Amino acid sequence: MENKSLVSITDYTKSDIIRILQLAEKFDENPNRRLLEGKVCATLFFEPSTRTRLSFETAVHRLGGRIIGFSDVSTTSSTKGETLKDTIAMVNNYADLIIMRHHLEGAARYASELSSVPIINAGDGANQHPTQTMLDMYSIYKTQGTLENRTITIVGDLKYGRTVHSLIIGMSHFNPTFRFVAPEELRLPDAYKRFCDEHHIKYEESADFSEDILNESDILYMTRVQRERFTDLMEYEKVKNVYILRKNMLEKTRENLRILHPLPRVNEIQQDVDDSPKAYYFEQARNGVFARQAIICDSLGIDIQ
Amino acid sequence: MSEIRKELQVAALCNGTAIDHIPSNQVFKVLSLLDLGDLKNPVTIGNNLESKKMGTKGIIKISDKFFEEEEINRIALIAPNVILNIIKDYQVVEKKKISLPQTIVGIVKCNNPKCITNNEPMLTRFEVLDNNKVVLNCHYCDIKIQKEDIILK
Repeated sequence: MENKSLVSITDYTKSDIIRILQLAEKFDENPNRRLLEGKVCATLFFEPSTRTRLSFETAVHRLGGRIIGFSDVSTTSSTKGETLKDTIAMVNNYADLIIMRHHLEGAARYASELSSVPIINAGDGANQHPTQTMLDMYSIYKTQGTLENRTITIVGDLKYGRTVHSLIIGMSHFNPTFRFVAPEELRLPDAYKRFCDEHHIKYEESADFSEDILNESDILYMTRVQRERFTDLMEYEKVKNVYILRKNMLEKTRENLRILHPLPRVNEIQQDVDDSPKAYYFEQARNGVFARQAIICDSLGIDIQ
Repeated sequence: MSEIRKELQVAALCNGTAIDHIPSNQVFKVLSLLDLGDLKNPVTIGNNLESKKMGTKGIIKISDKFFEEEEINRIALIAPNVILNIIKDYQVVEKKKISLPQTIVGIVKCNNPKCITNNEPMLTRFEVLDNNKVVLNCHYCDIKIQKEDIILK
């Protein structure tokens, strides 16, 4: 039986991504499959994240698996000073799979080196959150019918947004064209621009969230511009209302345009956009369950007919 | 001839290794990286010796000790231009340069305070991205560390 962890989106090759998205499609058609009957999955949330945890737990329940774990680290031995190593060793005695979220960066990689069962990274600090990337990519695949040759406009916090960085890496296999729209302080780091250059990926940067850019896009990926990211609050005040999507901006956009957002949103997508058939962020969250079902089964080497 | 008469700055070695051309300010770091403090063999340390190339330099001579490549490459981060003289029967039988290993385990501290390696009793691990400029990449948190920012544990 194949047994593998998912720590970073870079752990997946192009064919891994395609295989898992096709699996997700099957769960989308029928999510209730008792493939984890008799299996125990541990959800170790050293850092709270209700949204991600509910999505994973729904995925396990719909597969007929059982769940142990914690969502509040203050109730665990970690507060007594237990090392991550010891926690993993203990849970290895109980569970067939570990889904882990941790506030420290690299925690998932370390856990995967210690663990005898697969680790699925549900977010490690500002580092990686690969199941989010897979659900983003499944949403692109499902709404566009393909991952190839899409023009993807990413708006907001491109400097700290880990979902943005992982999406660039994940999509890099499929000849995308990126439009990066961000205020000066939150521009995409050079390392990711270099990554695009090395992989011959076309991109343009802009500080201006213009309708011209929107009208040429297949996917609009919105993220939140957070006040606490700014060293200069004057700068924040200047840009806080610039990167906001309003319904009238969608008038001349492509038919196939879909709007994604990793959620939670605050005001960067105005409420009236929700009624547009191009708004896709809530379905995107729903797709998370299917993507996670696929990832869990793939990690455990479970065959799906 | 004057060359023959030239006085040795550090006593000659019968068998062992002489680590030459160590930057003067790194001699004690080299000793600690190679765990020479725990060694029972005779060790001669010279520092602030005259060097044409470097101004001043340090030398460490260790009797009856021959390093594995993996062991000696640990010092490449702080003393990349070191020359290793392998001495047998008072003769230098081999001169070796050291090279930076591809992976550096347990020597460098990660500069990211939120990295798991700074919060668990574990070894750090870095991949060397650029051998010339010496850029390290943390295997765990993926942060990149430039040469001037490298901190040894």
